Amino acid sequence: MNELAEAIPYLGRHHPKAARALVLGLILLAPVLAASVGNTWVRVLDAALLYVMLALGLNLVVGFAGLLDLGYIAFYAVGAYTWAFLASPHIGVHLPFWAVLPLGAAFAALAGVLLGFPVLRLRGDYLAIVTLGFGEIVRIFMGNLSVTNGPQGINMLDSLSLFGWEISRGLQVTENFKINALVLFYYAFLLFVVGSVVVIRRLQFSRIGRGWAAIRDDELAAKAIGINTRNMKLLAFAMGATFGGVSGGLFGSFQGFVSPESFTLLESIAVLTMVVFGGMGNLGGVIVGAIALSLLPEVLRHIALPLQQALFGKVLLDPEVLRMLLLSLAMIFMMLLRPAGLLPANARYARAEYLHDKQEAA
Amino acid sequence: MPTEQSAPILELQDVRIRYGQIEAVKGISLQLHRGELVCLIGANGAGKTSTLNAIAGTLPIASGELRYQGQSITTQPAHLRVRQGVALVPEGRGIFTRLTVEENLRMGAYTRHEKQAVEADLERVYSMLPRVKERLAQVAGTLSGGEQQMVAIGRALLSRPKLLLLDEPSMGLAPLIVEKIFEVVQTVVKEGVTILLVEQNANLALEFAQRGYVMDGGLITITGSGDELLRDPRVRSAYLGETEETP
Repeated sequence: MNELAEAIPYLGRHHPKAARALVLGLILLAPVLAASVGNTWVRVLDAALLYVMLALGLNLVVGFAGLLDLGYIAFYAVGAYTWAFLASPHIGVHLPFWAVLPLGAAFAALAGVLLGFPVLRLRGDYLAIVTLGFGEIVRIFMGNLSVTNGPQGINMLDSLSLFGWEISRGLQVTENFKINALVLFYYAFLLFVVGSVVVIRRLQFSRIGRGWAAIRDDELAAKAIGINTRNMKLLAFAMGATFGGVSGGLFGSFQGFVSPESFTLLESIAVLTMVVFGGMGNLGGVIVGAIALSLLPEVLRHIALPLQQALFGKVLLDPEVLRMLLLSLAMIFMMLLRPAGLLPANARYARAEYLHDKQEAA
Repeated sequence: MPTEQSAPILELQDVRIRYGQIEAVKGISLQLHRGELVCLIGANGAGKTSTLNAIAGTLPIASGELRYQGQSITTQPAHLRVRQGVALVPEGRGIFTRLTVEENLRMGAYTRHEKQAVEADLERVYSMLPRVKERLAQVAGTLSGGEQQMVAIGRALLSRPKLLLLDEPSMGLAPLIVEKIFEVVQTVVKEGVTILLVEQNANLALEFAQRGYVMDGGLITITGSGDELLRDPRVRSAYLGETEETP
């Protein structure tokens, strides 16, 4: 996470070690700090990590391969519903997480390929419209099928469990010291996020990553240098969807309940905004974007309500409206001040040491 | 044409290309022999770029046959043709604007796995394109048009092509730069690479090419050696765009 450390103003440049320690400390201690304020905040952090995973997955499609996807949340839904079917009393199956999560990822990847095939020849606006439609179709299906319980959704999902111990019960360390379930979820999700970062980072610098970068910059030229653009694009959709599917499964386990409401177009747009806001194509940026844009609305919610009460004696603006307002404002200011995102992507796909002339780079 | 007797490296037989209802190429046949520099000239919309893209495999053909090194490649996808030595430098250069110059060049070797040979080829390209070598770490999108064209050609060379397809390398460039690019093209021909060059700058192309084909309205109308075509009054008018059929 050196990139994040480098991004801290002043400290990052002059005391890189201190900056790294600060970032690492914050990441590790965040739930403890948040718990001291209130459990709501730990819950917010948990959700933020799920958004980080979503943003990382979407970045693969949008940032690396340059394929605009407005229906990404559909893969999250596929993952979440897979969990709901295979780990809840709904149909009475209770598979362990290490079976359900890969299955959810596989189904999501399959959905990614299914979406990928018809849109192979589309670019830009047209691609956006079709993917948007795809996202809506999945949501509306979930809301109208009887196996999914329609709009009521499915509840009492199993939580993450390991050797018969359920994470949602918390961890009784000693008689009067118990680690909160929400805190445990944080660390569990953190592991998945770190795993995702490692995998995505390797992908980015692989032949596959270079192929995606080529398609993003010029598809015809990519074909002309021997890249199988069809397979590469399908792979981008499938890989991106995989991360969506895994985080969807985690979401199901965390929430204990899924319904179509969680997978609206607005969510797709929110995740896309995180990617664009943070810096398309740059992992550090995407992570910061996802954290910032999932935490800020919550902070705002807790400030805005009492503030409005105090100032006007009543609530004029609903927090949900404020969230949209904030996302829009964030985008506008970003376009004005940092058009390539908070932490813009480096032009090169390669590790610095891969190039002979890195010293001349400046 | 010393290689006339040998089997052609590339052969097109009655190739037609359609965009929906519109037929852009209406049945053309042409041949390229190993080591030749052949140009394909004609006005805008004559079907030159479509023909080139069909040979590279980035555009499907409606009917006819493409043969490369004696084998039919009509239905072979583009990425497999690259492996067999067909490289296209697309119209408008088509470089990867967000990658650096060196990354662009290395991308040319995407299909190759022999590391040492790639490094050697990279050095060879550097010596051929000294201006490009000075800018290796620069983001390719910030290069001048001429430099971008050089990068595009260099990138194509890194795939070790046997047949190089150049689509209007002179487009939008100053005469001095165009001359430099044609010098590079000649060096490449000397190394034994067969080149099919599409150009609107017919004068220049015919001066360098051994043979030429003139395309008009989707058909090959005239063919001959470079000198013959240069003197042909019909070529001069086609090149000037005075024919009725041109859109």
